[in-house]
Amino acid sequence: MSVSKSFVCINRKAPYGTIYALEALEVVLIAGAFEQQVKLIFMDDGVYQLTRNQNPAGIGMKNFSKTFGALSDYDVDQIFVDSESLNLRGLDATDLQRLTHETNDAEERLSIKVVPRKELVDIIESADVLFNF
Amino acid sequence: MATLHTVNKSPFERNSLETCLSLCRFDASVLLIEDAVVGALQNTLISKQISEAVESGIRVFALNEDLEARGLPLSRLIEGITIVDYAGFVDLAAQNSKVQSWL
Repeated sequence: MSVSKSFVCINRKAPYGTIYALEALEVVLIAGAFEQQVKLIFMDDGVYQLTRNQNPAGIGMKNFSKTFGALSDYDVDQIFVDSESLNLRGLDATDLQRLTHETNDAEERLSIKVVPRKELVDIIESADVLFNF
Repeated sequence: MATLHTVNKSPFERNSLETCLSLCRFDASVLLIEDAVVGALQNTLISKQISEAVESGIRVFALNEDLEARGLPLSRLIEGITIVDYAGFVDLAAQNSKVQSWL
């Protein structure tokens, strides 16, 4: 019998300087592969994980930001970004990747939603399981 | 001879950049590397303090390879910050008498 739970993964670290961001993505891909419902939250320095035009060739690391584009294949298409975290870092939604997914009637929708911090409360409360990175 | 200060942690997660700037002599150089390069952007919680350091004569640098890795827009760096590559990092280390590495 397969059991599906609601997972929320909270990402609060910048990419590349530490291994947290990459490891979080691995966990999310595994959860997605097991057909769990996964939502992602990016806040604090975690918002830097979603910037466009990442190119870590110069620091000898893999550009894992491209993998975010594959999340919709695992039905991971609810990605929430804390607007306050963006603002405090001199960033806005246009600095982030444009990630999309298709609805059941083949309509293209944006996967990333920039939301005020208070909206994250309900998302966190909706989870059966929380992962923090 | 002057001191090169390197900072490698995000100023929004730790206070190492803030402490570094508060302890820099007028002739010091500060190089932002790894996650600390996120502090180089305009309009952040730390940008005013960096601008004040630049105005006081402290030379502030950010490592290009780390800026590029994180997709940070080079057109929106704080005025007065100089971008250097790894070879420039070596030059800075050689030009200064010692390196203070803030962790």
